[in-house]
Amino acid sequence: MEAKSLSEVNERIRDGSVRVVTAEEMPNIVDELGPAGAVREVDVVTTGTFGAMCSSGVFLNMGHSDPPIKISKAFFNRVEAYGGVAAVDLFLGATQPSEDQGMEYGGAHVIEDLVAGKSIDVEAEGVGTDCYPQLELETNLKLEDFNQATMVNPRNAYQRYNAATNTSDRTLHTYMGTLLPRSGNVHYSGAGVLNPISNDPDFEYIGVGTRIFLGGAEGFVMGSGTQHNPQNGFSTLMVTGDLKEMSPQYLRAATFHMYGPSLYEGIGIPIPILNERMALKAAVRDRDIRVPIVDYGVPRRDRPALREVSYQDLKSGMVDLNGKEVSTSSLSSFYHARQIAGTLKQRIENGSFLLTQAVQPLSKVGSSRPMKQTKEFPNVGDVMSRDVVTVRESIGIEDAASRIVGGKFDHLPVVSDEDKLIGIVTSWDISKAVANGNISKVSEIMTRRVYSARLDEPVELAARTLDTHSISALPVIDREGHVIGMITSNDLSRLLAGRRSH
Amino acid sequence: MKLMLHVAPGIVRHPLIASVILETQTLLNIERAKVDAVSGEIVLDVAPDKCRLVKEAFERRGVDVVLLEIPVIKDDDQCVHCGACVSICPTGTFKFDDWRVVVDSGKCIQCGACVAGCPHRALKLILK
Repeated sequence: MEAKSLSEVNERIRDGSVRVVTAEEMPNIVDELGPAGAVREVDVVTTGTFGAMCSSGVFLNMGHSDPPIKISKAFFNRVEAYGGVAAVDLFLGATQPSEDQGMEYGGAHVIEDLVAGKSIDVEAEGVGTDCYPQLELETNLKLEDFNQATMVNPRNAYQRYNAATNTSDRTLHTYMGTLLPRSGNVHYSGAGVLNPISNDPDFEYIGVGTRIFLGGAEGFVMGSGTQHNPQNGFSTLMVTGDLKEMSPQYLRAATFHMYGPSLYEGIGIPIPILNERMALKAAVRDRDIRVPIVDYGVPRRDRPALREVSYQDLKSGMVDLNGKEVSTSSLSSFYHARQIAGTLKQRIENGSFLLTQAVQPLSKVGSSRPMKQTKEFPNVGDVMSRDVVTVRESIGIEDAASRIVGGKFDHLPVVSDEDKLIGIVTSWDISKAVANGNISKVSEIMTRRVYSARLDEPVELAARTLDTHSISALPVIDREGHVIGMITSNDLSRLLAGRRSH
Repeated sequence: MKLMLHVAPGIVRHPLIASVILETQTLLNIERAKVDAVSGEIVLDVAPDKCRLVKEAFERRGVDVVLLEIPVIKDDDQCVHCGACVSICPTGTFKFDDWRVVVDSGKCIQCGACVAGCPHRALKLILK
């Protein structure tokens, strides 16, 4: 079996004879030469990924003021940084929104502005101690003014990521972008064939201490990232690097509409081809990397998967969902992922980027369990009223009015002959109909686009539906669509006030 | 080609589009329409050779008509070619060309979905 050592590869990098290809070029080389031939011909495969990596941030040391301050709270351009680490050490997270501009400007934007050389307004509040008497201060700082600006990202470079669609009947604004109703589109993220971990899925090279390309600078793998889940093919990395060395080209702030700020980052990892096994793994193609398309229309942790597809399917621009052709597009940039793999290739070829021996391999076992929730939240079924009156669409509005007067609610769910929910009428609709005259039937005034709640969903979700659509009551339906109750904003107020109605 | 109609309050209830179709004998596509009690904003798609005919017919009826030449612009300094705009556009204005996002402005109907959907705030509508 063909093999070589890491020090031989580094020797070739130093003497300029190293042979580097990108992970996009590797599959055809292995097809053509076989794994043994690929080990002889290729020393290093470069990977790259460029996408939204929310779990990112920077440790900033501001130096000591005079009189000195022990910062309890600090703001950079009105974006709060965590002050619970020593006197003038702060952690600025990428997704923190600003106090004045909200999610249009956040931690990621501060990081981008610092890297672009801009000056940042700093406001800090102090605790006030004998050793740190200062209570507040304001200053303006540029990146060069900080003693250290060390990027530490708890979870980056996901091996692959679930694609997203939305079967509900309203547009959703998510961290997977705008998801159109009734599966109007599919969004995905990830570089597929160029993804670093997908080219070394068993961590034969990538480990603690591995030197990487991070935001244009040299960075290092600190270890496995949070939610690292290699058993299921969702490994992640925790990485670090010096922000002062990074480039605006590879760090870009973003805002997902009605979700919040995030940071687009470029990460690249070189993988040495030391043996045939590693050559075969680095020959992975888009079609080999599969992900489920999950339904974000279900606002729960365990969102149902509609089908499984490969990155090749996703990159084709169209996938089939239940017999319908649905347009796909990415949120990460394959264009920049390619540039990163190419830049890393050049740096290795010109001898300026050496490979490293990991201090310790990454764990092949991780954990991405659901949260243990010790405080139980009630479901809709625990809070709703069961004595709901429903009507058919053929009844007159006088009849509907008297049922509202005789019942508990301002709302009358309208049901079909099969007793399924088809609309809703409110006392306001009836008043309006009476004021306008010549309307006689419920079918003429009912709202057909009716929102409802499910018996077994948490009240939190019903509350959000009421809030999102500025309405005050929801019919509660069972799995067959039959109306079995009503949940109103009054029920939720009572719940918050601690007084259940039953 | 796309025509943007601004319909004033006084004539918003007139059957303007129907009468222009009958008069000009032109096929046209209503791509976007927002009409309320007081005014209207409508985007039509018309074959290039009929564009002038249709525009003048609307103008005779008191409608303000603007030819949408460049309805949307992309700031290439901000765009990272992610593709978040590609699948949310109802008319296919954006596509990948060797993984760079390119714009076919002629298809845009100024619905604005891409402006909100772009994480890098790289897209703007040129409102007329």
